[in-house]
Amino acid sequence: MSVHEQFADDLALLALGQLQGDERVALEKHLEGCAACRRELDQLRGDMALLALSTAGPAPPRRARERLLKAMAKEPRAAKLAARRWTWTLIPWLASAAFALAAVFFFWQSDRLSQRVAELQGELVQQQAQLERAREVVATLTSTDAVRVTLVAAQAPAQPQGKAIYVRARSSLVFLASNMPALPAQKAYELWLIPTNGAPIPAGVFKPDAHGSATVIQPPLPTGVQAKAFAITIEPEQGSATPTMPIVMMGAGE
Amino acid sequence: MAAIRSGDESAMAALYDRYSSIVYAVGLRVLADTGAAEDVLQEVFMQLWRNPGVFDASRGNLGAWLAVIARNRAIDTLRKRRPETDIADVVVSVEPDMAGEAERSRAIERVRGTLGEMPAAQRSALEMAYFEGLTHTEIAAKTGEPLGTIKTRIRAGLATLRKAFEA
Repeated sequence: MSVHEQFADDLALLALGQLQGDERVALEKHLEGCAACRRELDQLRGDMALLALSTAGPAPPRRARERLLKAMAKEPRAAKLAARRWTWTLIPWLASAAFALAAVFFFWQSDRLSQRVAELQGELVQQQAQLERAREVVATLTSTDAVRVTLVAAQAPAQPQGKAIYVRARSSLVFLASNMPALPAQKAYELWLIPTNGAPIPAGVFKPDAHGSATVIQPPLPTGVQAKAFAITIEPEQGSATPTMPIVMMGAGE
Repeated sequence: MAAIRSGDESAMAALYDRYSSIVYAVGLRVLADTGAAEDVLQEVFMQLWRNPGVFDASRGNLGAWLAVIARNRAIDTLRKRRPETDIADVVVSVEPDMAGEAERSRAIERVRGTLGEMPAAQRSALEMAYFEGLTHTEIAAKTGEPLGTIKTRIRAGLATLRKAFEA
């Protein structure tokens, strides 16, 4: 999917906060139904962030930091959650005034809230549909009923294979393996993310099923790590913090 | 961010130490006034403190997001208008991670290099729109160029920046 050319200039103006009137209304309506243009808008904001970088200069004065910390101390968020005692019986008149104010406030709020509820309901329906699709993908990948077929050159003997799909920006990893040799009891395979700098990072422990297939879906990973390669070692069942040599399988990014 | 959500002031201070120079520099460039830039800095971080839920990782990287929020807020101040953008709606998608000092200085150098190589008219249209908050109509009036040309220059300028980071 590509960006709709007729909106391309206006998308840049919208990202800059400068699109007004009918053009803005038309574009916002289009964005509701067009994921490609929404993505382009997000990217244009990214381009703007790059432009902001060109201004880099002196650090803010020390007093600005102190001012922020002071303001934060005045609004401690944990304290907001603590129950506050209200001495109703001593000052009932104050309570009545508060109720009157609250009534006016809630009346004003209710209209805004009902609009927001309608918006949220729309978003929820969209998100549920996305979630449903995502669930189906994951269910297909992980299903024990799934038929997993690895295609190789005809007449070649079946080789162990692993495919790691990694999105750095999301720290998201999906790994699929096939034809993996069975392991002795108390042993498992461990997947490693080899970063461009630093030690290998554990990226999930797995045992192949009877057909030699296995999956690792979204193991916990530190954020934003650039992967140079992925590797597999054989480890104790509970996994290890550092790989035990030898590396049984390895692959670098394409 | 999780620590900030639970109200941890030292986590917020650490974020401030990492990103305040980006936020401050944008404010200063737009408003050309240290006091006003400090106000923007304060507002942006207090917004995050009051409502850390507005930012999550799906909105892009935090440095880029703060830069965009800071620019928008500074332009609102410059044009003396009420804050227009709802920060909860802003998603920023950008490649370089601005968290690390080294990666950030590399990105700064590259942005400046790209701006330096841009045709002067394109760069000035982009800067007028971005840092002065002029609308394309105002830029067209100021430069005597057709409206369509200005729109195209702004878009082409942003595209050039993006390309410099895709290579």
